[in-house]
Amino acid sequence: MDKQTNHTASQSNTMNSIPKTYKNYINGEFPRTESGRYYSVKDPSDKHIANVGLSTRKDIRNAVQVARKAHGAWTDKTAYNRGQIIYRIAEILSGRREQFIHEMVLLGYTKQAAEQEVNACVELIVYFAGWTDKTTQVFGSINPVASNHFNFSRQESIGVVGIICPETPSLLGMLGLLLPNMVAGNSQVLIASHQYPLPSCTFAEVLATSDVPAGIVNIITGIKTDLIPSISQHMDVDLLVGDESLDTNFRNMCELESASNMKRVYFWKSFISLDELNSTPDKTIANCLNSLKDPYHILYVQEVKTTWHPVSE
Amino acid sequence: MINRIPIDAVGIQERVTRICTRSIKRESKLQALDLALRMMDLTTLEGSDSDGKVRQLCNKALLPYTELPNIPSVAAVCVYPNRVALAKNILKNSSISVASVATAFPSGMSSLQIKLDDVEYAVSEGADEIDMVISRGAFLSGEYTKVYDEIAQIKQACGSAHLKVILETGELGSLENIRMASDLAMKAGADFIKTSTGKISPAASMPVVLVMLQAIRDNYNSTGVKVGMKPAGGIRSSKQAIQYLVMVKETLGIDWLNPSLFRFGASSLANDVLMQWVKEKTGRYQSLNYFSND
Repeated sequence: MDKQTNHTASQSNTMNSIPKTYKNYINGEFPRTESGRYYSVKDPSDKHIANVGLSTRKDIRNAVQVARKAHGAWTDKTAYNRGQIIYRIAEILSGRREQFIHEMVLLGYTKQAAEQEVNACVELIVYFAGWTDKTTQVFGSINPVASNHFNFSRQESIGVVGIICPETPSLLGMLGLLLPNMVAGNSQVLIASHQYPLPSCTFAEVLATSDVPAGIVNIITGIKTDLIPSISQHMDVDLLVGDESLDTNFRNMCELESASNMKRVYFWKSFISLDELNSTPDKTIANCLNSLKDPYHILYVQEVKTTWHPVSE
Repeated sequence: MINRIPIDAVGIQERVTRICTRSIKRESKLQALDLALRMMDLTTLEGSDSDGKVRQLCNKALLPYTELPNIPSVAAVCVYPNRVALAKNILKNSSISVASVATAFPSGMSSLQIKLDDVEYAVSEGADEIDMVISRGAFLSGEYTKVYDEIAQIKQACGSAHLKVILETGELGSLENIRMASDLAMKAGADFIKTSTGKISPAASMPVVLVMLQAIRDNYNSTGVKVGMKPAGGIRSSKQAIQYLVMVKETLGIDWLNPSLFRFGASSLANDVLMQWVKEKTGRYQSLNYFSND
């Protein structure tokens, strides 16, 4: 490979390999942004790698609309079937390993860090795939009550979730926030990493070929500060999940705006800076994976339904 | 009696496509939403309609969204004849009309006498507007005089109540038939022509409505009488409603952008218009969770 082609996302400029336009993923399709605008994603030496969609509030609107519509298609499936579908994501992701590593390296990852992150992603997906039919068993309960009732509680999905992905780790960070929500039965609108969006966009292609019903996961790219207000003000979003690395002002704004329809707001820790990732990939990714493998994350993004069932003495 | 006018279906479709690409800016959009709401016939025509449901619909007609009390109220409430008295009672001190379907709605499969009785009953209960259905079977068999006479007699039975004639365009087969039925209904005395009952698919579509609007325009040019138009069924989003308004404006002119000459027959459209309205006022995209089901 010559020096120039090193810096394009498509590996080379020959007719055999043409540059890819990275677009949004909404309703199982790859539409252009409503605005028709794009921004340039650059490598650490400031060279142009790819054009990525610069979304606006209208893309958020479209995504929330389809997520709401699709929600039933996901919760209607049996927990076991949801597990199978999530496992399928790992299968397809694993088959596209090289593409993800290539894109991460373009963005400034070392080869080793990229490989470790993709491996961790596959492991995390398989881990959460196993949880779909176990959350009720582990977190559900039979409650003692002082009347002739059989009283039990179980977890149900919340609905439409807005997910604000951390900048890095570009894929693992996103999956850490996404997977508990998928297991929970929610449908989601993700705002991808702004500086490192390529793996998120390519992950959309994995989803599109993984039996995940259209509209359950929607991925939007753009400038976070433009998109976060729209999604946190949206009355049809039931939950916001973000990463602690998000600027304090924006976290406060999320909380304030979410009061309008009583959205729940969670911030988890999955952020690792690119420098840390590249200097000590083993340690940082293992730690991150460890903290993300937390079944309580599923519990946080569900609602509890308690049933009082009358029984005779 | 009525000429069969050939319709250029491709040309109609082309025109509709162009109308749908008009750019509507915020100011105009707000005005259009306001107009769409004022032109709405809030409709409930289910076998399961209870007094409670009609009461709720009437209250929604009076005050579409409690949190914004200055939102305009709708034009009319449209119900079955045996719910007219109740609706009239709730709406008596308002400007909202009560419309009633009649004439063996939705199929129209009954004797003329029963249809006339149906209309007289609805009018005596207090209906301000009557939505009748034409006999499509007779129309399609070429018994145009029979269809014409029916409409004319029902118009008489309406007295002072306005008559809307439902063509049920989905059953008429071709745009030529739709044009012919429109001409026939207007000649027989219709105050409004209306696309559909909402009970069969396809209901209102833009090409069909455009043909009907052209019939109204030609009728106005030759007789000077302004007949109204009511598309019904299948119009669910504000965007569609605004496209219809653009089509009315560009076909018939500004006079028809008025609830006395144009109506939307709809039930779920109201909530979408309200959601867009509130979105324009607050800047927040809305959720159906916060709007009443009817």
